[in-house]
Amino acid sequence: MNNNNEARVKKMMFILSKATLDNVYAAFIMANGARMEGIEAEIFFTFFGLEAINKSKLEHLHIATVGNPAMHIPTMVAGLPGMEALATKMMKKEMEKLDLPDVGEFLEILTASGVKLWACKLAVDMFHLKKEDLIDDVDGILTIGDFYSRATGEGTHLLFI
Amino acid sequence: MLKQIANIEINVNDEGYLTDFSQWNKDVAMEIAKEEGVELTDEHWKVIDYIQEQYRNEVPLSIRKVGKSGVVSIKDFYRLFPDGPLKKATKIAGVPKPVSCI
Repeated sequence: MNNNNEARVKKMMFILSKATLDNVYAAFIMANGARMEGIEAEIFFTFFGLEAINKSKLEHLHIATVGNPAMHIPTMVAGLPGMEALATKMMKKEMEKLDLPDVGEFLEILTASGVKLWACKLAVDMFHLKKEDLIDDVDGILTIGDFYSRATGEGTHLLFI
Repeated sequence: MLKQIANIEINVNDEGYLTDFSQWNKDVAMEIAKEEGVELTDEHWKVIDYIQEQYRNEVPLSIRKVGKSGVVSIKDFYRLFPDGPLKKATKIAGVPKPVSCI
């Protein structure tokens, strides 16, 4: 029962600029959720967001304990060595309970689901990365202009994370 | 809500999902599949069997679990049931729409 005449979301384009675990998962879950609803999805990884598709970094992403009031830890304590690792470990445990895949497996699911993964050219140059540093499933390295030019058609939305 | 599917009255919710699994049969599945623009092949039936088995065992469905089932890869799941595989496949299989976000 599709209401084709309604203004439905048809394509979601995410710009992921951060590498904290919570932001990466937000982008991945929304992109995957879009595909599950028959909505097209693409992710443009820029700045620190590139870490999520960097082979040597993606399994070591953390959540931020400092500067994150939702952690409810005093800032002085949150900055102690090992706090981020501890908080990340605890969060990963909760995620596993919810049957959430880790970052690497999530990327495989996204690719298999037809989500396009793009690396930002400027950020790749800035961090002195090569295509080989990124996971093989990356669809290409684009400028932001290239990414915008893919945002065609009615019902396309861009979201910055 | 009652709906005429395959010449019988079937109980469905407002999204078209069967509310009584015992009313499901292969003719019903084929009729719903046609409405969803899916032509059922052996590959589809394997997935439908798997989904119904999970439903009977009260195992919640997710894309990740389907992909790990060994029945169908995620890529093929999307190919077989385009535009929302979990939603479409469960509707055709006569089981409730999954509440999973992944």
